[in-house]
Amino acid sequence: MKLFKNNRAATKFFRHPLVWPGLIVLAILYLIMFFAEFIAPYDFDNGNRENSYQPPSRIHFIHDGRFSLRPFVYPYSFGFNDFFERVYVEDRTKPTPLSFFVKGDKVKLWGIIPISRHLFGTKSEKNSVRFYLLGADAVGRDLFSRILYGSRVSLTIGFLGVAITAILGFLAGGISGFYGGKTDWLIMRFAECFMLVPSFFLMLALRSAFPMKLSSTQVYLLIVVILSLIGWAGFARVIRGMALSISKRDFVTAARALGASDFRIIFQHILPQTLSYAIVSMTLTIPGYILGESALSLIGLGIQDPQASWGNLLSAAMNVSDIQYHPWILIPGLFIFLVVMAFNFVGDGLRDALDPNR
Amino acid sequence: MRDELIRRALVSIPQLLLMSFITFLFIDLAPGDILAKYRFDPRISTETVKQIEEKYHFDKPVLVQYGHWLWRTINLDLGYSFSREAEVTGVIAERLFNTFLLSFFSIIFTWLIAIPLGIYAAVKQYSWGDRILSAISYFGMSLPSFFLALLLMFLVYAGRDLPFVSSIPIGGMISPGYENMSTSGKILDRAAHMVLPVIILTIGALAGLQRISRGNMLEELRKQYIVTARAKGLPEHKVVYGHALRNAINPLITLFGFEFSSLLSGAALLEIIVNWPGLGSLMLAAVRAQDTFLVMGSMLMGGVMLIIGNLISDILLVIADPRVRKA
Repeated sequence: MKLFKNNRAATKFFRHPLVWPGLIVLAILYLIMFFAEFIAPYDFDNGNRENSYQPPSRIHFIHDGRFSLRPFVYPYSFGFNDFFERVYVEDRTKPTPLSFFVKGDKVKLWGIIPISRHLFGTKSEKNSVRFYLLGADAVGRDLFSRILYGSRVSLTIGFLGVAITAILGFLAGGISGFYGGKTDWLIMRFAECFMLVPSFFLMLALRSAFPMKLSSTQVYLLIVVILSLIGWAGFARVIRGMALSISKRDFVTAARALGASDFRIIFQHILPQTLSYAIVSMTLTIPGYILGESALSLIGLGIQDPQASWGNLLSAAMNVSDIQYHPWILIPGLFIFLVVMAFNFVGDGLRDALDPNR
Repeated sequence: MRDELIRRALVSIPQLLLMSFITFLFIDLAPGDILAKYRFDPRISTETVKQIEEKYHFDKPVLVQYGHWLWRTINLDLGYSFSREAEVTGVIAERLFNTFLLSFFSIIFTWLIAIPLGIYAAVKQYSWGDRILSAISYFGMSLPSFFLALLLMFLVYAGRDLPFVSSIPIGGMISPGYENMSTSGKILDRAAHMVLPVIILTIGALAGLQRISRGNMLEELRKQYIVTARAKGLPEHKVVYGHALRNAINPLITLFGFEFSSLLSGAALLEIIVNWPGLGSLMLAAVRAQDTFLVMGSMLMGGVMLIIGNLISDILLVIADPRVRKA
């Protein structure tokens, strides 16, 4: 299967000014996601209340006026201010060097391969001095590590949801457009039902059917199902329109004359013609699904703590006065923004390259 | 034409009911029992639970349950909210107006700002103003609404010592001493609480609408009749506002019907974030409490609002476009 039917479309795609930035951002994010356990300096649930809301560690090169090429951090200790809020200060006497491939938390890469070395971390006795690249959360867990673990949810859920949406949409749209008549009428009226309720309301209603306490795998799958149930109708409707017009073309008549089965005509002859549209549409649907998951997790109906997703990490920022003291809790939102924008860039590039109407 | 509009709105109702049936099935098939909470609550006697069970036919098969629910719904009785201990219809009616207020004002402001910006960008295509607007709206389209909400809330919070910003309340709908205020004070208090959510919703919707209205306007400006109008020496403002604009607006009105759904969704999510007592936050509470009737009622209300929104957009289109009127 070739994505681009000809070189012109491919050239147009890669010459689109926003495609490369989008592709590069996505490549980096997915690479980091893939090796999350290795790149993250700490396990997702490794917290220390002593480090609650510790600010991002400052990286130093100069200690006591002497420059060292190896960057280091100082351990932080805290006192309380007049409002009994913690104030962290660096202990300037104990430089702790940063290093690559340091020994740390024992985790399992992809849940299988046990590893204890991480890409980077501090060289200190039993990891007692922590390196918080993006700061710590309320219970002293490393936000950077949690964002990496959270990317496993946030970056995969869109693809999985879109895959199911595509299957449902192709099936319903293909059958509806090919057969027409009563079948078409029934399927389309049924599909419209799902478009009749604002998606967020439908999402909540479907979520309410299940208990609030579910394991994170169950919630993950549930969200995928909910997102696909909401999204398939719009896609099916367009595929149906295309299938309807394609099924009147000569090559379909020819296939029928040659004795091809309906099933074969729909899946071998009609649906492949809708592929360009489908790819563009699906690419532009992924960010919507990522946002759907984030929104659900943000309001506490999705992935539950201690498991991380970008949405539930951001829920720490729901209390506005907290942002003032720990502004880094907004960072997961930046990641959501980044990935949504990257998908939109690539999707727009694909649309310009593949859509003959533009 | 009027009959056609009414017919289109009425056709949606059976579909909405079918949707409610699908949700009903979903809820029924899922594990868990609506009354479980009451069965284990020592303060509620088994007899009361039994009464509730019989009144709402929870002991019958799902089809019978749904039939009863449907009959009550048609009679505008959406059942009893166990978590709020009140009739669902009343609970929803109370919240509906709040949601309406938010949506209404944000739509007005979005249109008032986005369409002129879109027209400006199209008329001055490739000017610096157009480029800056295009860049902003391009980024703005990818900015998650909830993230924007948190950012703006934080900005208002951080600037709470500045003269104007200090009077913008963050979150909620009324101030603590609301009951003791005079009528005008009450209205002002509510209006002040609306400022932030309406700003958030408006900014969130601006980018998309600006881009689309720019696109529509550009498309119109390229058409033959515009060339003709210019060739016969019509002043530019008449060409743009008298001819192109009128035609560029129509697809936007159609779009309004489509966008209304996402507007309601966005408003519901925002209500939860800024703690606005509307339908969205009500529904979240209902979901958390597993209050089935309240969830179904809220969802149905979301659907009804969407149908009404589409009806309004159809009516507006009839007013704006004489071709539709005659068809």
